[in-house]
Amino acid sequence: MFGALRLWRRMASWAHDSDATYHDLIARNKRNSVLLVVGFIAFTGVLVGLLSAALVGGEPAAAAPVGLFAMGVAGVVAVWSYYGGGPAILRMSGAERIAKNDDPQLYNVVEELAIGAGVPVPPVYLIRDTAMNAFATGRDPEHAAVAITWGLRQKLSRDELQAVMAHEMSHVRHFDIRLMMLLATLVGIVALVTDFFWRTLRFRSWSGAGGGRRDSKGGGGGMALVLFVLAIVLSILAPLVARVLQLAVSRQREYLADAGAVELTRNPEAMISALRRLDADDEVLEAANRATAHLYVVQPIKKFEKRARGLLATHPPTEDRIRRLQQIVVTPLAGAAT
Amino acid sequence: MTALLGLGGLLVVVGVWLIGIYNRLVRLKVRCEDAWAGIDVQLKRRYDLIPNLVETVKGYASHERETLEAVIQARQVGIDASSVGDQARAENLITGALGKLFALSEAYPDLKANTNFAQLQEELSSTENKIAFARQHYNDTVRQYNTGLETFPNNLVGGTFGFAGREFFEVELDAERAAPKVEF
Repeated sequence: MFGALRLWRRMASWAHDSDATYHDLIARNKRNSVLLVVGFIAFTGVLVGLLSAALVGGEPAAAAPVGLFAMGVAGVVAVWSYYGGGPAILRMSGAERIAKNDDPQLYNVVEELAIGAGVPVPPVYLIRDTAMNAFATGRDPEHAAVAITWGLRQKLSRDELQAVMAHEMSHVRHFDIRLMMLLATLVGIVALVTDFFWRTLRFRSWSGAGGGRRDSKGGGGGMALVLFVLAIVLSILAPLVARVLQLAVSRQREYLADAGAVELTRNPEAMISALRRLDADDEVLEAANRATAHLYVVQPIKKFEKRARGLLATHPPTEDRIRRLQQIVVTPLAGAAT
Repeated sequence: MTALLGLGGLLVVVGVWLIGIYNRLVRLKVRCEDAWAGIDVQLKRRYDLIPNLVETVKGYASHERETLEAVIQARQVGIDASSVGDQARAENLITGALGKLFALSEAYPDLKANTNFAQLQEELSSTENKIAFARQHYNDTVRQYNTGLETFPNNLVGGTFGFAGREFFEVELDAERAAPKVEF
């Protein structure tokens, strides 16, 4: 047990977090989830306010109620995303819930790990896709779900399956799932809304070219122009910021989930061989999109992203993850094995 | 008057503090009991599965009586065990006996091909894993409880109210999967 604890600390330090313990990690994920929601609401308010000012053309004061209203809507969206995000992600991925009789081994493996992690047994979902991947989602361990693709399920041995599911259970246990779920839904919505505004903006400039200009005589025109430019800059930045945020939070937690998985299963070899198998697979998971990419155990849209390594990857390179796992040497502890 | 008030205040503060310690010890103890219940469920499941397994194996390898007997006996020892230590020893016995039985099944292709047997093997090895995980969890809670009992001033409160330390559920080293350790 102490060995595992040391291992934990060591792996945590690999993720550039020398003092991160298990509880700090959970606390940080909860805090970041709150920050994300607050940031989302504030961002939406400002963005919508500015956009509306730009579209209507004129008084910034008139934009304030619009912005406030947008913040209210964003709050409702955030609440929806908190309670309904998990099921929504599962639906989006085409995951189907399975019972124990459908796949006793998979179910047993998840049950074992839930006992080991001290969390309730999450419902198990199967994605009918031959690509190889897995993910976990939900707002907390009591409302979590794990999903695996049929392709991955078929190709793994029991130990490898245990390693992959242990990785997912670590995400559940660390509350990674809450932050990741909020990111997936909120980022998706930000992208959707900015998209919509872009279209509206273009539509206005084509059809109602006179509309804005008529109201803004003299001094108001300069102001409208500033707001207009600001709105454009923001709506270009919005998806980018959201994207980079998503990447930054995702990669380091993959290392930690690998470490957490090995802490549970005490079997780094199985994790390594499972990662090798996953890496060898080049198939694109059709159900994954840019909003959900960071949820999976390995990057689901590899073919496209393999060229764009580094900052734009949601996952660390598999070789790097394997290298870190290989540094763990399993040696029997002397004395009582507690 | 003020001295009396001060004394009263002090007594209240100490009282609240003692109640806090007492409640913490109760919480830790209940967690141990929950964790033990988690092991118990899996042990019972294993006792339920074993007779089915023995019956199935008998149909294919009835002359392997010794191995089958060992499994049945070990199961009985487990059922009869009363203390945590006895239980742990009995479970080691069962794990060993089952291991031998499954190793032996390799020599019987018909048995290995039997779906019922394959199912039982999966269920039993899963139950074994669950026992191992539940044991880790139990030992963690016992360690917290025992530490909570031994530290000052909890030991005074614990002693007064009759809290007793709990036994770890320990397994033999070779039956246990080695704990990972990072070498530098």
